[in-house]
Parts: sequence; structure tokens; C-alpha cells
Amino acid sequence: MYVLGLDVGSASSKVVILDDDKNIVSFSTVQVGTGSTGPARALEEVFKKTNGLKIEDMTKIVATGYGRYAFEKADKQISEISCHAKGIFHLVPTARTIIDIGGQDAKAIRLDSRGAVSQFFMNDKCAAGTGRFLDVMARVLEIEITDMAEYDSRASEVVNVSSTCTVFAESEVISHLSNNIPKENIIAGIHASVASKACGLAYRTGLEDDIVMGGGVAQNAGVVRAISRELRRPVIVAPNPQITGALGAALFAYDEAKKH
Amino acid sequence: MTETEGMNAKQKLAYYLDKSYADANAAHSKGELVCWSSSIAPAEFCVTMGIHMLYPENHAAAVGAKHGAIEILELAERKGYTMDNCSYSRINLAYMDLLVEEKKTGKTPEALQKLDELKVPRMPLPDIIITCNNICNTLLKWYENIAVSLNIPYIIIDTPYVHDWPIPQHTIDYMKEQFKYAIKQIEDLTGKPFDYEKFVKVQEQTQRSVAAWDRAMGMAAIVPSPLSGFDMFNFMALIVCARSQFAAEDTFNTLADELQVKADAGQDAFKGGERTRIAWEGIAVWPYLSHTYKALKNLGMNMVGSTYPGAWSIHYEVGDLGQMAAGYCKMYSNTCLDNKVNVISDVLINTNCTGILYHLNRSCKLMSFLNVETAEILKEKTGIPYASFDGDQTDPRNFSEAQYDTRVEALSEVMEQMKAEKAKA
Ligand code: SF4
Repeated sequence: MYVLGLDVGSASSKVVILDDDKNIVSFSTVQVGTGSTGPARALEEVFKKTNGLKIEDMTKIVATGYGRYAFEKADKQISEISCHAKGIFHLVPTARTIIDIGGQDAKAIRLDSRGAVSQFFMNDKCAAGTGRFLDVMARVLEIEITDMAEYDSRASEVVNVSSTCTVFAESEVISHLSNNIPKENIIAGIHASVASKACGLAYRTGLEDDIVMGGGVAQNAGVVRAISRELRRPVIVAPNPQITGALGAALFAYDEAKKH
Repeated sequence: MTETEGMNAKQKLAYYLDKSYADANAAHSKGELVCWSSSIAPAEFCVTMGIHMLYPENHAAAVGAKHGAIEILELAERKGYTMDNCSYSRINLAYMDLLVEEKKTGKTPEALQKLDELKVPRMPLPDIIITCNNICNTLLKWYENIAVSLNIPYIIIDTPYVHDWPIPQHTIDYMKEQFKYAIKQIEDLTGKPFDYEKFVKVQEQTQRSVAAWDRAMGMAAIVPSPLSGFDMFNFMALIVCARSQFAAEDTFNTLADELQVKADAGQDAFKGGERTRIAWEGIAVWPYLSHTYKALKNLGMNMVGSTYPGAWSIHYEVGDLGQMAAGYCKMYSNTCLDNKVNVISDVLINTNCTGILYHLNRSCKLMSFLNVETAEILKEKTGIPYASFDGDQTDPRNFSEAQYDTRVEALSEVMEQMKAEKAKA
């Protein structure tokens, strides 16, 4: 038996296929999200990596993420809160607080000892504190988003960057640049700004250890360091953090398949 | 035989709402007095003296619900009102300017024509205004702007914030004095002595209307509930604008009778689809009323709990100005956090809700800022899960459907899981 979880986010599409023992048979991530070719490409890729599996071989399919209703073949749609919680708890059963920063939202989730969601908070409408915010900043700084962590590790100081509004923060970054402040320190400030938003949400959940990060932004070690510094606690990064939502969706699909 | 004989509650609601605007417009053309009032200000004084009452908050909500808000909001912003001001106030102030322009030029401005096309009822310009800051202090400056712009009398009923129970005597005395001053302002404007006999009749009517409202809204407690909170939002317009009139009593008694028949037949507001029951804290998102309702309905979530209906349950002994003062100042947004928590937890218990949805309303600072704290205390106290979403009661730019849906779905999943666990146990 195989099941599939699809996470169609705002900025990327992720797919996970599980077998009968809940092993990940294959997964894929494509860096474009809902309303694009992303979901179709992610599906194509995930099957390519298998020994000839096809979508028809999937006993159940669950979709999550902002584009969850756009995929007709899904048997069920489940919110990303429940999916991230399920995926992360499966990978890290000691997780009690989840911080997930995706392309367009940031969320903090509190789990109980059985992995059930007992509280969750999401960011407000502004892009500040999300992956989009980092995209905007990388563009202003003329560097690749994937290089940001590296720059951050060389910072000698963390400069102040607003966390209230992306536009404010952008103009602050521009003025730091024109004052010849090293990019490294500005980037550390940008990461601290993202961290402060996410930590604000995490504190509201009650903040119980272990704290685990998921979502695409968790791949940025600079943000993880900033969060850990702000919370004054260690933060575990889920393995393959970008696919935790899709994994959770696949696990829900697995439960559905076993029900019938 | 009354003019509404044979109508159902929805028809009565539409009839009386239309009539309240039509009567005020007719009165205005005849040179009779019209008053604009905040939603929970005492109407009793003006109604006694035959002044026609209109409610800018109701009107702004109608502008929002009929999808006419954006243009009017932009007009307000062009005049210099920032987006941080309550959207009801922005809509009303821009609307007032449009009416003034029409009066001055004899030509209907385009934006006003658009609202006419959308069938947003017309409000005539007021001759007097009354506000009571028992719901917020934004009203004071908003109404002051109207009074200054139109050079008309302004009745203010200033309600001290209630921290102590019972309500201190000095608060009641202070309000009674203001009531007396309001009566004088009305006497000055109308040139007639205040009719104390009629005042008693108006108070009696107000109490009968409130009793009928309580009776209808009380039906939400029945499991499954014959009343959806979104109907509650719709009917609310009438308890706002006709609290001191027979219209409210008539409509809400009919509504209560209809709901009783449904309840006796075991019918719920979703035709058998009520899976869970939730409370909604905050004002509706008028431009997205249907979306916010459907997202809940699709998940079988019946919104039955709200502190809102209680806001107009203003009870007092007829003839007792002190009790009337207490009634208007113990309005729940004018009371301390502890009371707020108690009021919501009573709603949760009475209506059997297992989840709460908080509207973090960009317009309404008082409600929204308190909600964050209230939510946490209530979660601690009751264990009932909650979610919050960002929105605005009439500014459609401050609401995102996708964000709302995700939060509602996640809340539903948590509620369903808790329900399943309870059933297992
Ligand atoms: S701020 Fe809130 S209470 Fe005050 S008028 Fe606006 S919506 Fe009403």
C-alpha cells in the first residue's frame, strides 16, 4: 500500500509518498507554489524517483497548504496546522512546541504528549517574519537566499531591523547599506527580526521543550540560531524541514487508508 | 390588525429596517428632527420627543455588507482619515461629506449614486447627534467631527469604565446628571418641555423589546440550535435601531416563535448538519459575511455563542433613571477584563460551545486588544480551544479569505479531535 501527501504552499510545492510501514519512499520539493506548475511538477518528480509508481497506485491522497483545494485527486484536505503537527511529531516524538516558518506564514503550535494540537497561533497579514520577507531582503542585498545563513555566521554584530512591517524593514536595510554596515551584520539583524516574530507566537503557546522547527525557513541556520538565541533554548530542526507538512498529510492519508 | 400581520420574522426585519430609513427621510423633508446615534446610546430621550433615530454603525455595516465600502473608505482616506481609524467612522464621515456636497450643489455625487444603486439605504443629515462611550472612545471624536462640521447639538453620555461591582454610586449619579442635561439639550432644540409621561411609555416599550430579543437569542442555547449566529448578526440591526419601538418587540417575538417550532421539531440551523458549536467573539466581517458563514457551515460548525446579543439586553426598572444609568454603563465592553471573561464563559456554558473564534478587528481596538488576553485567560479557565483571525468589520482590505479558512479549519480539526477523544473516554 502507498499513500501520498501533498503540501501546496504559497511559495513551494512538496510531495511525500509513504509505504505500508510509514517509510518515506520518495519525496520532492519544487520552489513554486499554488496557482503555478509547481504541484504538477512536484508530483511528476516524486513518481520519477520511485520504481514506476503511479498516482493510481496511491490508496489515499491528502492535500494541505494554501492550495489544498486546487488538487482534485485528493481524497481529503487537512489544514497545515494539523499536518505540520503530525509530520513533526512523527519525526521528533519529544516535540511539544513547533515553530514553522513558510513562504507566507509563520506559525507556532503546541502539542500534548500524544502529539495532539492543543494550541496554535499564526502570523498576521504582513509578510514580516515569513519566508517572503527573507526573499525581499535577499533581493535588496543582492545575494542568494541560500547564502544568507553563511553571511550570518560571519556577523560581528546584530543590527536592528524592524519586525513590524516588511516595507519599513526594507528601507531600514537600505539605509544600513548606505551607511556601509557590513552585509553580514545586516543579515544577522534580518534573521533576528524574523525570529522575534516567530518567537512572539511561540511564547504565546506556553513554550514547552522540545522546540522543533519545520518549514522551508528552518533550512536557514541563521534564522534557527536567532530563534534559539531569542528563546534562550536549544531548537531542533526537523529532518528535511520543508517536507514536514507533506509528510503529515501523507500520515493522515495513511490513517485514512487503514480505516477502510 | 397591525401592518406586519402575516409576515415572518425575516420579512418583518426587512420591513421595519426599510421603514426606519423611509420614516426618517420623510421626517427630514417635512422639517422634523433627525438624530444620528451610536449603537448603544440611550434612545429613550429622543424617541420620547418624537425625534427620528438613525444609526451610523448600522448604516456603515450595510455599506460593507452590500459591497460598497472600498470607494467610501478611499474618500475618507483622501480627506486625511488614516486606515487606523475605525472603518465605521471612516465610512460615516465620508458619507456625511457626500450628503453635504449633495445639499450644497444640488447634484448627487457619483459615490453616493453608486451606493443608491447598491440599494444602501439613504440617511438624511442629522439635526442632533447622541453618543455614549460605553462601547469605545473613538465615538467621541467621530461624533465631535460631525457636530462641528454640521454645527448641530451634540449629546454625550460619558460612561465611566466599570472596574468595581456593584457599580459605584458616584458613577450612577454622574450619569444621571448627564441624562438630565441631555433632556435639557433636547428641550432647547425642540422648544418643548420634556414629556415625562411618554418617557415612561417609551421605557416600557424598550423593556418589552429587550425581553423579546432575549427570548429569541436565548434559542441559541438549544442543542442542536435552531438559530445560527449569523442570523443573529442580521437581526441585530433592529435591536440597534428600534430598541425603543414596537417594531423590535414584534419582530423578535415572531422570530422566537418560529425558532421554538423548529426546536420542537428537533431542527437545527444547518438542517441536521450541526457537528460542533462555536462562539464568535467580535463584530461580523460584513463584506465577507457569506464567506465567513459558509466556511464554518461547510465544517458543520454552528456559531451559536456570542456576547453580542447581550450588549443590547439593557434591563432596568421603568421610571428609575439610576437603574437606566447602570444598564447603559455595564455594557460589557465598558467593564474590566474579569467581567469580560465571566461574560464569555457564561455564554460558552449556556450555549454549549466547544470552541471560540476571535475576530482581531483592525477597526475596533478596544475589543481586539482585550481579546488576546481574554482568550488566554479563558483557555486556562475552560480548556476550550480557540483561534483568532485578522479582519475588519467593514474594510474589506483588512481580511484574507485564505487566512480565515486555514485558521477555522485548524480549529475545527482540534475540536473534532477533542470530541472524538471525549466520546472514546
Ligand atoms: S471602534 Fe469598535 S466599538 Fe468603536 S465604533 Fe468602531 S467598531 Fe464600534
